[in-house]
Amino acid sequence: MSTRPLFSFFGGVHPPMHKDVSTGQPIDVMPLAERYILPLHQNIGQPAKPVVSVGERVLKGQRIGHAEGYVSVALHAPTSGTIADIGAYPVPHPSGLSDNCIVMTADGADEWTECVALPDYENINPSHLRNIVREAGIVGLGGAGFPSFIKLNPGTHKKIDTLIMNGIECEPYITCDDMLMRERAAEIVAGIRIIRHALQANRVLIAIEDNKPQAIKSIEEAIRGESAMEVVACPTRYPQGSEKQLVEALTGKEIPSEALPLHVGIVVHNVGTAAAVYRAIMLGEPLTSRIITVTGGGVAQPRNVEARIGTVIEDILAHCGGPTAETRKLIMGGPMMGFALHSDRAPVVKTTNCLLAATAEEIPDRGPALPCIRCGACSDACPARLLPQQLFWYAQAKDLDKIQEYNLFDCIECGCCAYVCPSNIPLVHYYRFAKTEIWAREREKEKAELARQRFDFRQTRLEREKAERAARHKKKRDELHSEEPSAAPATETKKAAILAAMERAKKKKDAPRITPANTEALTPQQQQMIEEVEQRRRQSRPNPEQQSAASNGDK
Amino acid sequence: MLTAILALGALALVFGLLLGFAAVRFKVEGDPLVEKIDALLPQTQCGQCGFPGCRPYATAIAKGEADINQCPPGGQTTIVALADLLGRDPKPLNPENGQEKVEKTVAIIREDICIGCTLCIQACPVDAILGAPKQMHTVIEKECTGCELCVAPCPVECIDMIPVKEDIGSWKWKAPPAPATRPRAESDA
Repeated sequence: MSTRPLFSFFGGVHPPMHKDVSTGQPIDVMPLAERYILPLHQNIGQPAKPVVSVGERVLKGQRIGHAEGYVSVALHAPTSGTIADIGAYPVPHPSGLSDNCIVMTADGADEWTECVALPDYENINPSHLRNIVREAGIVGLGGAGFPSFIKLNPGTHKKIDTLIMNGIECEPYITCDDMLMRERAAEIVAGIRIIRHALQANRVLIAIEDNKPQAIKSIEEAIRGESAMEVVACPTRYPQGSEKQLVEALTGKEIPSEALPLHVGIVVHNVGTAAAVYRAIMLGEPLTSRIITVTGGGVAQPRNVEARIGTVIEDILAHCGGPTAETRKLIMGGPMMGFALHSDRAPVVKTTNCLLAATAEEIPDRGPALPCIRCGACSDACPARLLPQQLFWYAQAKDLDKIQEYNLFDCIECGCCAYVCPSNIPLVHYYRFAKTEIWAREREKEKAELARQRFDFRQTRLEREKAERAARHKKKRDELHSEEPSAAPATETKKAAILAAMERAKKKKDAPRITPANTEALTPQQQQMIEEVEQRRRQSRPNPEQQSAASNGDK
Repeated sequence: MLTAILALGALALVFGLLLGFAAVRFKVEGDPLVEKIDALLPQTQCGQCGFPGCRPYATAIAKGEADINQCPPGGQTTIVALADLLGRDPKPLNPENGQEKVEKTVAIIREDICIGCTLCIQACPVDAILGAPKQMHTVIEKECTGCELCVAPCPVECIDMIPVKEDIGSWKWKAPPAPATRPRAESDA
């Protein structure tokens, strides 16, 4: 254990930890369930895109969701079976709404797909390692679910000095990292070596709070002989496990607003993530299960279980003898930062670290919120050094501009302010409310901007079309006008043509309409008769034109 | 006396020239106020204000030809924002222009009924309807502003306005109940 003088972080609280509730038994592997629900969106960033179709048979570890976009990871089948459905199912989310999920029916064989292990990782290009971690679907298992491969990229300009492995687990009730460190320290340390290699970090600090002596001992034994690794036992204080607070506690370096630990040459990974990286690289197994603490007075046998991603919460609670009649509230995560679940039909996801079936005594009703008395206790407790009561005023007044000036987005929603508030004001609820309002306003603005652009474009288009039509008409008119000077000769030729035509017609008309037939070999008598008829005809129609008209009419 | 007149006259000439130069040199294209007003309008382009789109309405407000309470899609929020910008008193929405919409809607074309007449395409102020003569039309939902201008022209009444469904991405935390006010009688006693 390190004897180094520790730095400290600002604020924080000491809530009752209740850790021993769930550490009495070893990690229990959940038996195979019949049905798994796999939400496509389990990480920060873009959701995965399904690459299987309904009715298709898949093997355990087979990729069923493809990482879409940069900030995204793949999704894998937790067992072998068939794809039953792809559609909207309840997901663990504070809204209680449904989202796109892949539903699988297990076939009981639990047959693995082909796994490609890379035990020789030291000779592999770090970018290839990152890609494997991404394809293995690994996200930060501490709770936020940020795609881990991005945090394995040191960038081109920054040298990583310190890799901090986060085994703090400061939130009450949660013990999944503790149990993992106690039981699978070798896997964690193997994973740390891979992460260190990918980042080319100088040294590794494994931070564990001093309320986990067994985990500290177990990890220390596993790193014996590793010169660059060191376990640091930190005095227990909530929220030490938060990335920025942990960096401050270990190194004294404060990470600026909107910056990452990377900016000060530090990368922080969770110990659970290290174990998952070990499995992905050394065994070729993607992330298909995780350790979950099932705890609280609402379950008969609180303990840690290794559950496959996608297991329905109801099944896990039943496996641990719950929920009992005393259960008042079902919380995903811990009592400080978790959220109440609307339904136990939702599945567990990659970020589910704890299921807390809390009784009325464990989550006492704090009574209605009273007016703020401006005591300032929240400001003393805020580890982000914000002014919680100012944020509260502006959230209440829905002053979304002012609240951002007070750095609302630096709030990590740890709940320290609400915990110390003597007036029981649900402060974090106000900040979450303000954050979603701001995001909604941003979306509205973007949509309005798009509508404005399209409206403007349409106006320009209509005007352009009008102008084009006018131009066409003008061109036609101009063509007509431009013909006028040559109009005289044109009409002359036309007239000539008409005259010629009339001549032809006249000639045709003047020509005898009927050529007399059988006029050869006429008797003189017949000849005389014809002449008489002709004579009469001439007499009755003296006008030749009339004659032709008449002959036309006769015809 | 004469010196004073000459001096003042010279000064007046100099400043006059300066101002004249500045007026030419720093001439602002367009009306910046119209831009500011336009930025506050919801860009639904529905025309309920009596002008053919948000920008014409913004221009009319800037010229003082229209009041600030004629935008039903923006509702009271927009009225307050406009009042803030223009230094006027907010007032309730003019009922002649319509009712404030409670929930957002988008147009949906029932595609089996659509006869492909293109009338809705011509009515859409943001070109959010796709189709061709005698071909089925469809609404690009992402770009529909919910202005309802396409509903009336449809000869077969196949366009419905449906509320926008809330999903996880657009879900918002509800405002917590306001802290209880101090019971006055108790504290006074």
